[in-house]
Amino acid sequence: MVESGPSTRRPRIVALRSSSSMIKFFLMVNKQGQTRLSRYYEQVDLGKRPALEADVVRSCLSRHKDECSFVEHKDYKLVFRQYAGLFIVVGITDTENELSIYELVHNFVEILDKYFSRVSELDIMFNLDRVHLILDEMILNGHVAETNKTRILAPLMVLDKLAEG
Amino acid sequence: MKEIMVRAIYCEMLGYEASFSYIHAIKLAQQGSAIEKRVGYLAVSLFLNESHDLLLLLVNTVLKDLQSTNLIEVCMALTVVSQLFPKDMIPAILPLVEEKLTNPKEIIRRKAVLALHKFYLIAPNQVQHIHSKFRKALCDKDPGVMTASLHIYLQLIKNPDSYKDLTGSFVAILRQVVGGKLPVDFNYHNVPAPWLQIQLLRILSLLGKDDQSTSELMYEVLDESLRRAEMNHNITYAILYECVKAIYTIYPKSELLEKAAKCIGNFVVSPKINLKYLGLKALTYVVQQDASLALQHQMTIIECLDHSDSIIKRETLEVLFRITNVKNVAVIVEKMLDFLKNVFMEPDILFLLYVGCFPLLSDTYSPNNEWFIQTMNVVFSLGGELMHPDIPNNFLRLLAQGFGSEEEEQQQLRVFAVDSYLTLLESDTAHLPQRFLQVISWALGEFSYLKDGLEPCKVTKLLAKLLDERNVTSESRSWILSAMAKLSAGPGAAALALQVSERYSSSLDTVLRQQALELLHLSQDPELHARFFHLWHVQVDSSLSFLDSFVSEALSQGAAPYKAPHQRQEELRQEKALSLEPYSISLPVSLSSCSITDRQSPTLLSMSSSLSGNSNELKAGSSTLKLEGVKRVWGKEGYLHQQDAVEEAAQVEEAATPALPLSPQQGGAESQQTHGDLTVVEQEKQKLASSLFVGLGSQNSTFLMGKSDSTSQQFRRKTRAADSTSSGVSERSSSSSHSSCSDFLHNNLLEDSQNSLNTQKIGVSNGTHEGPVTQSFQTTSKETSPFLDAGMVLVQPCSPQTELRDFVQPGSSGITQTSLRSQFPPELSQLPHSDISLLSSDHSLSLSACRAYRDDALLFVIILSNCSQSSTNGLSVQLDCKHIFETFSTLIQVEPHTQVTVAGSVSYRAVPGHTQTLQFTDKLFLTDFIRPLTLSTEEYGKLWLSFSQDVRQNLKLIQGEGDPLRATLSALKEQLQLHIVDIIGSEGIVACRLLPDSPCLLHCRIHGGSLAVWLRSPLLSLPDCLLYYCQKTLEEC
Repeated sequence: MVESGPSTRRPRIVALRSSSSMIKFFLMVNKQGQTRLSRYYEQVDLGKRPALEADVVRSCLSRHKDECSFVEHKDYKLVFRQYAGLFIVVGITDTENELSIYELVHNFVEILDKYFSRVSELDIMFNLDRVHLILDEMILNGHVAETNKTRILAPLMVLDKLAEG
Repeated sequence: MKEIMVRAIYCEMLGYEASFSYIHAIKLAQQGSAIEKRVGYLAVSLFLNESHDLLLLLVNTVLKDLQSTNLIEVCMALTVVSQLFPKDMIPAILPLVEEKLTNPKEIIRRKAVLALHKFYLIAPNQVQHIHSKFRKALCDKDPGVMTASLHIYLQLIKNPDSYKDLTGSFVAILRQVVGGKLPVDFNYHNVPAPWLQIQLLRILSLLGKDDQSTSELMYEVLDESLRRAEMNHNITYAILYECVKAIYTIYPKSELLEKAAKCIGNFVVSPKINLKYLGLKALTYVVQQDASLALQHQMTIIECLDHSDSIIKRETLEVLFRITNVKNVAVIVEKMLDFLKNVFMEPDILFLLYVGCFPLLSDTYSPNNEWFIQTMNVVFSLGGELMHPDIPNNFLRLLAQGFGSEEEEQQQLRVFAVDSYLTLLESDTAHLPQRFLQVISWALGEFSYLKDGLEPCKVTKLLAKLLDERNVTSESRSWILSAMAKLSAGPGAAALALQVSERYSSSLDTVLRQQALELLHLSQDPELHARFFHLWHVQVDSSLSFLDSFVSEALSQGAAPYKAPHQRQEELRQEKALSLEPYSISLPVSLSSCSITDRQSPTLLSMSSSLSGNSNELKAGSSTLKLEGVKRVWGKEGYLHQQDAVEEAAQVEEAATPALPLSPQQGGAESQQTHGDLTVVEQEKQKLASSLFVGLGSQNSTFLMGKSDSTSQQFRRKTRAADSTSSGVSERSSSSSHSSCSDFLHNNLLEDSQNSLNTQKIGVSNGTHEGPVTQSFQTTSKETSPFLDAGMVLVQPCSPQTELRDFVQPGSSGITQTSLRSQFPPELSQLPHSDISLLSSDHSLSLSACRAYRDDALLFVIILSNCSQSSTNGLSVQLDCKHIFETFSTLIQVEPHTQVTVAGSVSYRAVPGHTQTLQFTDKLFLTDFIRPLTLSTEEYGKLWLSFSQDVRQNLKLIQGEGDPLRATLSALKEQLQLHIVDIIGSEGIVACRLLPDSPCLLHCRIHGGSLAVWLRSPLLSLPDCLLYYCQKTLEEC
């Protein structure tokens, strides 16, 4: 078993380009397919983004409740989670741990909930900058940078205080 | 302003370009206060990318903020730096960021570490000197900083050797985290820092891979995290999954493996669909290490195959794909095709699956020829027009060249193909896809003569019938016509051909008309026909050198020189871009004039300084590098490209020979247990299971299948039939291994009577590794370099004593350098090569290696010498091609590394029946793959223009007598195989290429006692790696 180790490993059926695990993009889309937030951790042309987002939403919407929350899409995987009318979709490489990303999304939503006290789609629409700031604390360059709720919110809280004062 | 900026962000998010606001975003970051500034930075990070010109304007703001006393501003600056920052400007802010590592505030330290991580990602060589500080960050008292440093380590440990000593620390950290020693606010749903745990597990698995002693350190903590993660929550499952993966990656320990396997078992049978998915994914990973695990879960796998969720199904197929062997391939392929029939709506997946299916079909797993042809027929008719054109092309090549197996078997394959196609054509052809028709007609045209008693007339008739079908496209028609042309020799066929050609010679399609006329002539003149079809081996002048005179004539009359399309585009792009340089300076000069900043004075960036530099340069410019007015010759670019294409084609052909088999585990798959009453459905499933998992387990694995069941008996007979063919298959596989190694240069000097040296030499040409090994199934094959044809070679004992003397030195390891050199194959000894170094030896065999530098490849020569008195046989050499293929292809194509390791082993039998192995490893450096690139100054200029990114570094000058620039450059030339294009005054231009043909251009200029070098290359990390060697060379001088 040891001898037949790494060198006999076969490729995945789908050839995946990137080997290291990372997050490619983070999307918040509502049921009508309108993008509410998008963050790309890998360069995607501005012109290609709407088409990609539409594709992504389509493949997520086509999933049943009792089917799993992971979809393969082109050369990456999508992890999505639905909160009322809002979908959060994360594009990841194949080697990333899907379930941990799935929970990361929930962590993010919990943080939003804490900050906005009961977050809704409107909160996200009207506070796009703040949501981005929270996300930037959490995910950096496609890697999970911080997951501690208080620490993620700390810089934003200070800024808010300064703005008020 | 802030509100407006948020709206601009909104616009871009919805896909409308808001480039007018970019500059305002930078302004806002510069001038705003607190939240405004933050939004400005945010907008910049969303709008711009790493190579955007405007980013340079941000550098000053970042610098100012980094020096600010306001913590929030420092924080913001560090955040934006770790999101995006221009690569060339890193030296400017590096000291400031480093200084932040000792800041008392946790958040600043953490962000500084993240910024360094970013720097490491974009320019690893720039932060090489602060590795010790990373270690400090790892030991930081704050868990957040430590977490951040793990990102860097995860990157660093991709190359694990120098970090093995940290294993203990990582284990200790993981133990503390798992033990709940972190503050409570790091918990997520009562699980302590789950993402941190996952990160640590990934690091550990990288460290422990193939390393027993390191793995032993982590067994305990892995066991603990398996135990701790027993809560029912998704996040604990995520940790468990990572844990299982780690356990199966590191050096195995049976106890842990058992626990991990149990864990996967729980996943797979879970009713939670996400968990099931993860379980299957883990299983795909695990069965590669231990296929028997699939046996335990066979029933679950069968159920998953029928799952309503296509993603689950797909993942299951993935598992099956990995346990394929000779015995179960038929069933698995059938399942895959079933799957394809159902998901016809998704061409993406379809296409990708085909790509995956093909190697599976074509390699030696296929139980017999007939089956192979029939499966391919299904694949073709299913795939239709969606199919990737590579698949029929590869298939035809396979038919034409065979598996590299014996002629007889190949013929058999072709006859099968012809047979099945004839049957297909005789039935209804309307539903067949065009591509399949093309395949059919080609195969019939080429090989129908092989079948005895088949009149060409009959085939032609069928083809003619096909030609008249309405839905056949003109492309397919032309395939059919050329097939008919090949067959038109016979008497009956000629008449028919005449008929057909008359009809189509008036066709509106010019190609068809042309072919019809050709057909007419060929069928009427048998002699011409014979001559035409024996003229296969036409020499093609691929370099189009016969056009040279035409080109030079055209050029002399003022025609524009040829530019490759990408070059044209690049120039167009540059024309459109904002030109920052003053007019009419030739480019290398203007580049050197952009001597924007040095490491020493980073803050001096301003346009005015570079402009003043320009005016100086302008005067010197005309005298330094003359690029204008030189007569241009046939563009090097175009020329090179064509050669490439030819090479590539040749190599693709090599690649088409199937990948080597992964020694199928032959296990007795006989069922023993008798089971009583089972429902029919159950039995069906179990039958399927036994057919899927046949050949996987070890002897004692039990099957659920009932013995008394008559249908299963029948089935088992089938497997046995497959069994009997499998010997033939394995035979074929061994010979196919030879063909795929045909590029290996074997050179047996055994019979060399002059010096009767008993040495085996194998030159392993690296030629193929640079080429299109990108086909995914190629990269993993384990290649065994065979000895000549038989695979068994007797190495004779040293016979006469006189020869022995200069060969075996008493007392020494047996071989001297000189004697080795004399054994060096003559065709290699003419090449420049490195010293022959002894890699490993034992009492009877010694192994040396040497690198020979051919112009287009690196030859890795392995020299084996028998230093004992007895004969050695059964010699075989294995190179760990995982390293070679994977690392080389990345080395050369994606991102150059400074060095890679080659490992391998030699096994032989000194005493009959007793096999010994000798392990060896060697390192290949980037410099081994560097060759001079001979260019003229003006070609250099053109090439320089075609790359946009450049890397700048100051190098040491060699101070000696004479011109320091010349001395330095020639030292570099000697050591690194560079080509000095030109040296004018205080500037020099140098070029080299990384095999196969990735150029790297260096522009050197003496600047204040050191040598300022700009490097440009299409490969982003090549300049960094090359700089590393330049520095090293100059340090050693």
